[in-house]
Amino acid sequence: MPRRTVVIGAIALLAIAGAAWLAFSRPWRQPADAPAGTSATPPTTTSDTRKITGTLYYVSEDGMSLVGVQREVPFGETVLDQARHIVVAQLGDAPGPFVSAVPPGTTLRGVFLTDRGDAFVDLSGEARTRHTGGALDELFTVYAIVNALTMNLPAVKRVQILVEGKEVDTLAGHVDLRHPLQKNLKWVRTDKTEKG
Amino acid sequence: MRIGVVLFVLGLSGAQTPPTPAPYTLFSSEGRRPVPARLISGQEMFSLDDLASVFQLALKEDSLAGGLIVTARGQSIVLTPGQSLASVGGRLISLPTAPVKDGKSWFVPVDFVPRALAPTLGTRLELRKASRLILVGDVRVPRIAGTVEPQGSLARLTLDVSAPTPHAVSQDGNRLVVKFEADALDAALPASSVPDLIQAIRPGDGPASLVVELGPRFGTYRASDLPGDRGTVRVVIDIIAATTNPNPGSTPAPAPSPPDTPPLLDIAPSGGIRTIVVDAGHGGTEDGARGPSGTLEKNVTLSVARRLKAALESRLGVRVILTRDADTLVELDERAALANNNKADLFVSLHANASVRASAAGAEVFYLSLEEYGDQAQRVAKGETEALPVFGGGSRDIEVILWEMAQARYIEQSAVLAQSVEAALREKIPMSPRAIQQAPFRVLVGANMPAVLVEMGFITNAEQEKQLTSDAFQVSIVQALVDSIVRYRDRPATRTGVAGAAAPRAGGGLRP
Repeated sequence: MPRRTVVIGAIALLAIAGAAWLAFSRPWRQPADAPAGTSATPPTTTSDTRKITGTLYYVSEDGMSLVGVQREVPFGETVLDQARHIVVAQLGDAPGPFVSAVPPGTTLRGVFLTDRGDAFVDLSGEARTRHTGGALDELFTVYAIVNALTMNLPAVKRVQILVEGKEVDTLAGHVDLRHPLQKNLKWVRTDKTEKG
Repeated sequence: MRIGVVLFVLGLSGAQTPPTPAPYTLFSSEGRRPVPARLISGQEMFSLDDLASVFQLALKEDSLAGGLIVTARGQSIVLTPGQSLASVGGRLISLPTAPVKDGKSWFVPVDFVPRALAPTLGTRLELRKASRLILVGDVRVPRIAGTVEPQGSLARLTLDVSAPTPHAVSQDGNRLVVKFEADALDAALPASSVPDLIQAIRPGDGPASLVVELGPRFGTYRASDLPGDRGTVRVVIDIIAATTNPNPGSTPAPAPSPPDTPPLLDIAPSGGIRTIVVDAGHGGTEDGARGPSGTLEKNVTLSVARRLKAALESRLGVRVILTRDADTLVELDERAALANNNKADLFVSLHANASVRASAAGAEVFYLSLEEYGDQAQRVAKGETEALPVFGGGSRDIEVILWEMAQARYIEQSAVLAQSVEAALREKIPMSPRAIQQAPFRVLVGANMPAVLVEMGFITNAEQEKQLTSDAFQVSIVQALVDSIVRYRDRPATRTGVAGAAAPRAGGGLRP
């Protein structure tokens, strides 16, 4: 029965391809330069629920620094997908006792990647309109996003933040956003990385 | 009981030390008494017997060691002949010269009083050699240094008072009386070079007061207080000439209003700092941060900027330009461009901070960080040049500075300015745990001169919001900023030149 053979063969091929995919494709893990103490969670078997562990950044209890927190982030098939998941997670609620560095209501409109490793993160207008307006808070907003991408994705070297699809001078009148920014950990509290 | 008040007036030329020095006057809440001094080997010394009588000290010679043990309030000071070190309660302190034993009497340098006796007695003992004073405890004897300068149709009497001292200026017939709330004045009063407006300045009749004898051309006067260096206060009294011939019945001339922009002085009066741009952060539709009671950052920054302009102009004689003098929107590019186009020597941007945490508090001083601007900015900062081809072959090293990175070559000076600002602010207002920081701030990067951004406090903190709107807090900030600019100007490294003057300025034009 040739037709049955073909069907069985096709199923077998799909099974082999699936097994090979499961065997050789590994979910994205923490890069080598991630903060000490961070580690990836074991991959799960179905793509819907697979997670990676990344370091996201939130405002500390005293408001004077960012704190790196290990959190689970949905797995992305590509660097671009993963970048998108990381930013969405970064824009989400902060784990207690920390506070989000990003103004409430801010959503991700899109992420773009260039071959040079520049990521463009397009945020909704709330990033500006609902900002506290403080210079330090502005630094925290910007570097929570810049660091979340550059620390977790080695392929991303620099990040430029856009608002409503356009380049902006600043979010709240201070931090220069006309250029892509490199990671900068000087506002990150270095004593520990929290588990989220 | 408040003590009687005595005025100590010194000549401007300074007191010369006579062969037999004049006695010191010990001034305490219990009264005054003289303490004789003696010159030994060119050093002014007090007899320990005299000090023992004044301060109830017990003296006991240590026959074995040949020293002397001075005891007061259970603590001991051990002196050794020939040794300029003394042990005070077990800690060594240095004296300008060794104690001297003359016959049965011991003599100690006058500095023994503040250095050894004060910590032993646990009280303030301030020695003022120039005015021959020893101040004990909390007596208030501010130092006052006066100058008189003719300024067109007026004479300006400036009194620099060493500590904030409440005072009042009033007219009493043909004289002005300046009364201070103090126990005495330690004043160096000037002679008047404008006798038709100010005949003389002399001690007043009342407690801690000065009298300005007015000249025949006197029309009216105006008095104002300005912050001075290092916590001092400057009282400025302008004696303004009458517009008509002196006539007792004539109406005094109104005080002339100061020009909007003081003329540039031909000779830089302030160590090369001629123009300062003060940037009131935000404005117009850009409110900046908002306090819990609704205070807007843009209003606080404008208020402080105006005060700072007035203080800098009066104190330093410099031209001060505000990036905005109203509630208007000024683009960040325009702020730096205004400073650049006016060849400002310093750029000071004023802001109030905000945090998602209501508890965050304290002032912060920022200057630009270059790391975010890549390699080119770093090269500019290091003074590196680029070799560009020229007609006829070959190449020439040319400094290429993008206008938008003009700040790159001033980073070191901006760091020094930031340190000076931070140190002065710390003396007067609460500072954040991160008092000095570097950040890629948009308003600083294009400034072609040393530039800092001052976050004066967290407006989102309810207590700081009240402070930021209060006169006292704003005056403290202004005093600190003026102090810091004076210190920056007078720092040793720039005494011989203008900060950044040797470096060519970046080419003009706004970045589109």
